[in-house]
Amino acid sequence: MSEAIDLSAPANALEAARQDAYSTPLEKLDVARGELFEQDLIWPYFERLRAEAPVHYCAEPEIANGPYWSVSTYDLIKEVDTNHEIFSSEPTIVIDDPDEDFVLPMFIAMDPPQHDEQRKVVSPVVGPRNLAALEPIIRQRVCEILDSLPVGETFNWVEKVSIELTTQMLATLFDFPWEDRSKLTRWSDVTTADEASGLIESEEQRRAEMFECLEYFTGLWHERASRKEPGNDLLSLLAHGEATRDLVNRPMEFLGNLVLLIVGGNDTTRNSLSGGVLALNQFPDQFAKLKADPGLIPNMVSEIIRWQTPLAHMRRTATRDTTLGGKQIKEGDRVVMWYVSGNRDEAMFKNANDFIIDRENARKHIAFGFGLHRCMGNRVAEMQLRIAWDEILKRFEHVEVVGEPVRVRSSFVKGYLELPVQLTAK
Amino acid sequence: MAKITFITHDGQEHVVDASNDTSVMNAAIDNLVPGIDADCGGECSCATCHVVVDNAWWEKVGAPSDREESMLDLNPEREAHSRLSCQIPVTDALDGLVVNVPEFQM
Repeated sequence: MSEAIDLSAPANALEAARQDAYSTPLEKLDVARGELFEQDLIWPYFERLRAEAPVHYCAEPEIANGPYWSVSTYDLIKEVDTNHEIFSSEPTIVIDDPDEDFVLPMFIAMDPPQHDEQRKVVSPVVGPRNLAALEPIIRQRVCEILDSLPVGETFNWVEKVSIELTTQMLATLFDFPWEDRSKLTRWSDVTTADEASGLIESEEQRRAEMFECLEYFTGLWHERASRKEPGNDLLSLLAHGEATRDLVNRPMEFLGNLVLLIVGGNDTTRNSLSGGVLALNQFPDQFAKLKADPGLIPNMVSEIIRWQTPLAHMRRTATRDTTLGGKQIKEGDRVVMWYVSGNRDEAMFKNANDFIIDRENARKHIAFGFGLHRCMGNRVAEMQLRIAWDEILKRFEHVEVVGEPVRVRSSFVKGYLELPVQLTAK
Repeated sequence: MAKITFITHDGQEHVVDASNDTSVMNAAIDNLVPGIDADCGGECSCATCHVVVDNAWWEKVGAPSDREESMLDLNPEREAHSRLSCQIPVTDALDGLVVNVPEFQM
């Protein structure tokens, strides 16, 4: 590997960030800034929060549209996540309050009993039993993608592998028209795009594209609903499920749940697929360990998800005055659980910044969340990563990162736009 | 102290000795019984230590709490005698307990 390439933030930039993190008055610290994630400079800020203020109030954020609490240690995050009566998922699970004229209800942002009723309709699709049945076709598609890659040429891993693979998986779960599947990627990206990202030009454009998504899926819904023998795909289950069969008549809620399933199944595993390649390049001894013992893949998959944490945070809203970690939280306050920080908490994970594929407690990562809202697609994610690494190791001697990664400018989706790589055949 | 038998989905029996200061989940983990993930470490918040209690033992083990019920309820693999093993404390009364470990954890 060329020494000129920085796989993580360059040392001088990281040192400057560390100085900034520790010289800024504690009450002024604001971790919800997409550029810190984009530049991979977020780490010293969370390090300080964990040590000095694991429950921290940011009164005047630069970007977030209102004051918020940050919860940054593993145990306190778990405490919030498992207490849905005090820390509600309504009205939203991201830092920013939604625009009042564009509210998308979805079950991730609902409390019981509505959350439970809607989730139960779709969860069997991504349950382990259904996945076991899907595994052969998923493996076949992974193989086709990997076999089509150029060897010895530089290409963007994000585009050719991570996006392609997760989009195909999502299209399979939705039984989505195959030739149109790239629409799923676009809708997922548009939904979460920062206006500064260049992906969309305006909020109006975002909404217009999201309504296109709604229209397309409404057509599919009616087709699935009219079938006498319902299929086992996500849409058929929604269209025939008792708690959801009239969802299509509530367009914003229908769109909300589509967005949830599309983003949940797309942006997340995509970035873990890229993050794994980057991590193995940053920690070449682990790559060697993996090649010597592919039996470590299942544990490595958990470690990739911990190290990457593709969704950096989830937000809750306090339903009443309460105390957390000694701090007084008021009813209505935003409480942000920084999973990305909990997964780097030294009290839980020794040498937490290191990527260690045989880490003993990797499965205890908090990237899926805990409690009622624990990631529904966790086993889909693990299966995709496991199969991908199985098949990568069979084909390639090395997947070398040959250019600097380009990261997403967001404090929610923690991921990559570009990861230039070169493959060496076995 | 209690002797607990875990029957995995392939029919294999794993018999372990468990002390009263532990949970059925910990008894499985400490003795490397396969099929119990226990991702959250025993706090009733991930549902990956799911077991199905043998009919003969159901009354002695008892029904889940509301909180456990809400986690179990989201599991499509849930059965009538499903419990989360982290929520079953080991007692002398459970000596001889038999639980089935499902093929999949959520």
